[in-house]
Amino acid sequence: MTTILEQYADIVGWEVIDQLYQLAAPLKGIKVVHVNSTRKGGGVAEILNKLVPLQKDLGIDVTWEVIKGNKDFFKCTKSIHNSLQGSNIELPQSMMDTYEKTNEKNAEKLKKKLNDADIVFIHDPQPAPLIKYFPERKGKWIWRCHIDVSKPQRTVWKYIKNFVKDYDASIFSLPAFAQPLPHPEYLIPPSIDPLSEKNMDLSREEIEQTVQSFGIDIERPIMLQVSRFDRFKDPVGVIQAFKLTKKFVPSIQLVLAGGEATDDPESNSVIEEVRLAANSNPDIHILLLPPDAHRTINALQRGADIIIQKSTKEGFGLTVTEALWKGKPVIGGDVGGIRIQVVNHHTGFLVKTPEGAALRARYLLFHRERLNEMGKKAKIFVKENFLLTRHLREYLTVMVSLKYGVKERIELG
Amino acid sequence: MKKNNVELSNKPFEIKDCALAALATGKSAQNLKELRDLLLDIDANSIYYHFWGGQLKPRFDDPEYHNDFASWTRHALHDGTLAERLSAIDPTDFQNLEDLRTEIVEIIEERLDENDHIPWCEPDEKFHFVTSQIVVFNTKKTIEDPRMLVKTIPNMTRSSIFYHFIDARRRTPENIDDFRAWLKGFDGQYNFLCDMISTIDPFFATLTELRKHLYNIVKNYFEGE
Repeated sequence: MTTILEQYADIVGWEVIDQLYQLAAPLKGIKVVHVNSTRKGGGVAEILNKLVPLQKDLGIDVTWEVIKGNKDFFKCTKSIHNSLQGSNIELPQSMMDTYEKTNEKNAEKLKKKLNDADIVFIHDPQPAPLIKYFPERKGKWIWRCHIDVSKPQRTVWKYIKNFVKDYDASIFSLPAFAQPLPHPEYLIPPSIDPLSEKNMDLSREEIEQTVQSFGIDIERPIMLQVSRFDRFKDPVGVIQAFKLTKKFVPSIQLVLAGGEATDDPESNSVIEEVRLAANSNPDIHILLLPPDAHRTINALQRGADIIIQKSTKEGFGLTVTEALWKGKPVIGGDVGGIRIQVVNHHTGFLVKTPEGAALRARYLLFHRERLNEMGKKAKIFVKENFLLTRHLREYLTVMVSLKYGVKERIELG
Repeated sequence: MKKNNVELSNKPFEIKDCALAALATGKSAQNLKELRDLLLDIDANSIYYHFWGGQLKPRFDDPEYHNDFASWTRHALHDGTLAERLSAIDPTDFQNLEDLRTEIVEIIEERLDENDHIPWCEPDEKFHFVTSQIVVFNTKKTIEDPRMLVKTIPNMTRSSIFYHFIDARRRTPENIDDFRAWLKGFDGQYNFLCDMISTIDPFFATLTELRKHLYNIVKNYFEGE
């Protein structure tokens, strides 16, 4: 039977897997627990679903616990999440009470497990207050923040900081997201899973069938943006870029693929704006896909010629990573995490305006050989930097670092 | 050029590997004066990271500038002159990181004197000082005969290349890579090979490319064209 690590070895090479075994060797016998708030749905659950079995494969005694809460709790944590990402939301006392009481109840259930653990990873703000209820903890506790907290709503951050400051360390995705805290703050960028439905190889047949099922002509050039219908993703700017490109490349089609309209009033109004800007143009395809349409997104990305992520504000931008992994150069907004993935003239182009996006799209469609060459580089770039195995290696490094003490140099064996 | 049947007199070359943990320092600069002020007392390890740590960060071949300070002054402050001056700094010219720090600060101060204004950047383009911690582990593989380098180098990980080719420059007495430091222990038998390895400019290649250059050199040396 093939272990999960063996499956990854086929993609990243055995030397990378061997390195993981070597790094995990000093961690044998220690108890590690990950805690988050959901087992399904969302980026964190997606990562833990893979990281936990991989850590087990490496011989680490690792478990994954999920805290439970009612509707009010999740409403509250959603508000905290949004305000930490910059939304101006007030957090009433009643919400804070629900938040803390729910964590207290969960702490009761997890008491033995977390008290006995050598390393505890608490993911995101939902379970952050747990630490308050473990005064007798024996292990190291790490707060892993997956969200962009570069400009949080200050009052809410001050409230959350009160819990976070007691951790032994925290992990942020980018230097800009790190906040002043009285403990070591590690930096670990996110990653994609090359074996997931969203990123695995697909047959040409499946790609063509999926693309054509939406009435898109696979024989003509396709420009694609995959993202929520959110103003920061600038879908209207993408339509402008498409129109400017179409003047020179009349056969081009645009696909804007995002989540289905929810009860989020802003998402609905953005979709309306997008429809208005599209003006019933038959070559603009607005696709509202269900949240689990991973394989469809995969096929659309593989079927596209050019992928755009024209965000005006972006955390890391995993859709960019996904596109690069599929060998597509990306025309990305010159913001946030897109800057560390899109290397100008190598893996794509950074742009500031719809005009800039159109100019680069025309260039790539005219110079097909450059498009292919950049696409090949893009795939290697992701392979070396943004796959789950790199993410796992960095978690192991943090664990070793905490075990041996945070010092400049640790020499093992 | 075939070089065989040499005496083996040096101790074995231990192949090590490493992983770098990046840590935020919580310090960031939005203008050149702030950068200078922070450089004066930032942890020396952070200076190391911004010169060499980039090798283990996502990057591409032919980086335009050779360190994060130069790159930031060009791309965020739009000061091409300063970027060129900072990029010309070769960290291996300095005995230690304190001397390197002094040199960077002097270059920045010179530029501050030349300008009648302080260049600023956009709030989302700040320079974030990062530091790092290196975890070194032994792969338990050793080489006794330099000829084994031909088989070994292609199978070394990128981070192992980082450890032996980049990190070595602050560990070895002559600030050179581990390969040359080891080969020099064979009583001058490999001086020519050392000279060839010294021609590899570590600033202009990714770790994957460095591995390829190294491999080509040792292969040509031991097996000929």
